[in-house]
Amino acid sequence: MSALASPGYNFAYLDEQTKRMIRRAILKAVAVPGYQVPFAGREMPLPYGWGTGGIQVTASIIGPEDRLKVIDQGADDTTNAVSIRRFFAKTAGVATTTRTREATIIQTRHRIPETPLAAGQIMVLQVPVPEPLRWLEPRETETRRMHAEADYGSMYVKLYEDIARVGRITAAYDYPVMVNGRYLMRPSPIPRFDNPKLDRSPALKLFGAGREKRIFALPPHTPVKSLDFEDHPFTIERWAQRCQRCGSGESFLDEIVVDDRGTRRFVCSDTDHCETVLERRRGT
Amino acid sequence: MYVAVKGGEAAIDAAHNLLAERRRGDPAVAELDLAQIREQLSLAVDRVMAEGALHDRDLAALAIKQARGDLVEAIFLLRAYRTTLPRLAVSEPIDTARMRIERRISAAFKDVPGGQILGPTFDYTHRLLDFALAAGTAPVPPADLPAPAPAGPMPQVAEILGGEGLIEREAAAEDAPGDLTRAPLAYPAARDVRLQALARGDEGYLLALGYSTQRGYGRNHPFAAEIRQGHVSVEIVPPELGFAVEIGEIAVCECQMVNQFMGSEAAPPQFTSGYGLSFGGAERKAMAMALVDRALRARELGEEVLAPAQDQEFVLSHADNVEASGFVQHLKLPHYVDFQSELELLRRLRRDWSARREAAE
Amino acid sequence: MSEAPLLEVERLAKRYGERFACREVSFSLFPGEVLAVVGESGSGKTTLLNLIGGRLRPDAGAVRFRAADGGVLDLASLEEAALRRLVRREIGFVHQNPRDGLRLGVSAGANIGEPIMAAGARHYAAIRRAAASWLERVEIEVSRLDDLPAAFSGGMQQRLQIARALVTEPRLVLMDEPTGGLDVSVQARLLDLLRRLVDDLGIAVVLVTHDLGVARLLAHRLMVMQRGEVVESGLADQILDDPQHPYTQLLVSSVLAA
Repeated sequence: MSALASPGYNFAYLDEQTKRMIRRAILKAVAVPGYQVPFAGREMPLPYGWGTGGIQVTASIIGPEDRLKVIDQGADDTTNAVSIRRFFAKTAGVATTTRTREATIIQTRHRIPETPLAAGQIMVLQVPVPEPLRWLEPRETETRRMHAEADYGSMYVKLYEDIARVGRITAAYDYPVMVNGRYLMRPSPIPRFDNPKLDRSPALKLFGAGREKRIFALPPHTPVKSLDFEDHPFTIERWAQRCQRCGSGESFLDEIVVDDRGTRRFVCSDTDHCETVLERRRGT
Repeated sequence: MYVAVKGGEAAIDAAHNLLAERRRGDPAVAELDLAQIREQLSLAVDRVMAEGALHDRDLAALAIKQARGDLVEAIFLLRAYRTTLPRLAVSEPIDTARMRIERRISAAFKDVPGGQILGPTFDYTHRLLDFALAAGTAPVPPADLPAPAPAGPMPQVAEILGGEGLIEREAAAEDAPGDLTRAPLAYPAARDVRLQALARGDEGYLLALGYSTQRGYGRNHPFAAEIRQGHVSVEIVPPELGFAVEIGEIAVCECQMVNQFMGSEAAPPQFTSGYGLSFGGAERKAMAMALVDRALRARELGEEVLAPAQDQEFVLSHADNVEASGFVQHLKLPHYVDFQSELELLRRLRRDWSARREAAE
Repeated sequence: MSEAPLLEVERLAKRYGERFACREVSFSLFPGEVLAVVGESGSGKTTLLNLIGGRLRPDAGAVRFRAADGGVLDLASLEEAALRRLVRREIGFVHQNPRDGLRLGVSAGANIGEPIMAAGARHYAAIRRAAASWLERVEIEVSRLDDLPAAFSGGMQQRLQIARALVTEPRLVLMDEPTGGLDVSVQARLLDLLRRLVDDLGIAVVLVTHDLGVARLLAHRLMVMQRGEVVESGLADQILDDPQHPYTQLLVSSVLAA
């Protein structure tokens, strides 16, 4: 990784005016936890759907002293995580790391690290569809009103129908949450396994949706409650197996099909966590 | 012992090398140069500039070459490049009434002042593959080309109709037009921002929507009042000077549709209109845009919004092919964590179902 | 019946250009009272209902509503969001076409459960029990709790809509031709049901109808509207037996003739 940013580009690609505009949106988002703030997103060199929102948020807050970790599906070396990390290495020349504990900014798609985040760390999540009511109501004019009036009856109707039809709530990932008792929010397509990590986490969590042009935030220590019924409480995923690499029984596992007879192996999705547990076991 | 998959970095590098090889194609064949694309694929260049929202013929040619001819990919390249450019000034509105005409037709009148000028159009060609073109063209002898159109007055047909009060007058807006690139589209959107979204919108999408209005999905009886193609000058007013200076010329294609007339207690019946504008010779785009523009005005003209082309939120949310392409193609990215989440839930539901069946028996 | 009126409408008016859809409409409504507003189409009765229900903003006049907390609010001057919140919580609306007042894509149970879930109910079994009990109350078989409204007959859909409108026990319910579009035998059954529910719950109702038979069966008081104005009002039985205004006489006589 070169220590010099690529010549011809401003630090972290975006010009300072754009960064300022995005930071203003971030501040608004932090002031109203869970509320989606519109922002004038720019086209980035990566396609919409590939994390342009997360990239714009990171680009607006990153500085030369930061240490950046980028993960996708929990792993540092999935192709898109590699691509994004390279983007920042090229345009900002910042130090990068795979260790969750050592990162100041963690940009992530679809997972929250198993290692609990600390105060002072910032997690930037990539969001495809920010609007939790979108599947119930395609119109933006209507969903805006629903948020303004905390008119969330239709969301509970959906949960009720799930239970009436199949006996359980059928949201597996991107499971809707109530933020600070006021705003209904989508936590991005993280598995519901990761929802509890959001509740009152001491880190700052920023959510960027580039294509839909929305930013929202969970300031440190914000209460985040996954929607449920008292008699059908929120539950997370569980596996009968443990990680075959490090032996962990508390992490989210990837299921890998190993041969054409359907043999399966289960391994931690969070590669840094897996590595850390393994090191601990080996005494390193 | 299962070893975690690594090597994402190496795989990406190899993929890029392979891409460069495919882009070049057979090394025995001469490499395309930008001038060839710019000159001989000019309609592709026009489209890429319009939807890329950036006027630069050489850059568009480069984007087309880099994208291996995939125009939507080329449009993306141009848009991304646009993000890095500083904004130096905002030009005066271009004046298409003062266009240096290359083509000008009207379907509404048999003849119009200044005449019907066909220009370089495919319209009356027979769509027969020209195998002689495969061998290369002989230069057209100058004597065979028609003399350039005489520079007589060429009032816009909309002005002619307007003179009699037959067509609605566009009211000059009080505020500066909205800027789609500075504030995200919010619904309901005003016409200025809608037109911006349509101008950079995907041609195929707008073509289909425009077509749907002709087939009865929000019919508005269009006539092509005027289509003009040619060059207009671009002017800015530098604050130090306080007057306009020309900074260059661009080629544009403008389409004015005249539609269903409306009247009310207060105003006599008049034609309504739709407007389309694109770069160069992108006439099909300009026409489709004009049809959709008119359809989107349904609400403000007191028409019932029944058809997809009239539904603002639907039309504008899906018009940008950079957004559409990104999101559709993002499904290729790993989604295995969410899939695992779904699998786990599905397995639970299946266990519940079996348990219920057994309990019932 | 308590002393203070639940609803006080004062000189309410709505204009469209030069034309008044309704003007100088004033009345009071007490808890447990049913007021029928009758007139032909174009008389302004539906406009009046929409003005009271906050769906339209008046051009003049007041709509004073005594909220559950005892405070009196003028709905005409309340700000949008507060108005909608209040209406959602405390005023029920029954549409002429049940499809306008139901979610057709979710089950009957979900339709009835939604208003109480929106109000904060979070116990699935309790919500389901409440929905089932209301289904029974409107004489729909409880076995249909998970059926979609699309599978119901017109009369059943209307009864489902009524259950959905009443489940939060609003003190004021507005009804727009609740039996319109239903055939005669179905209408009779529905009217019986409405009368019982209104009595049991002690709700106040403003009922818009062109059908004097409906008015006679359900209403304590009657208001006759013609071209946007109230031409006669008073006790329902009195007006129907002995109409004073020529227009009322015309309405009453045309019913007898038919």
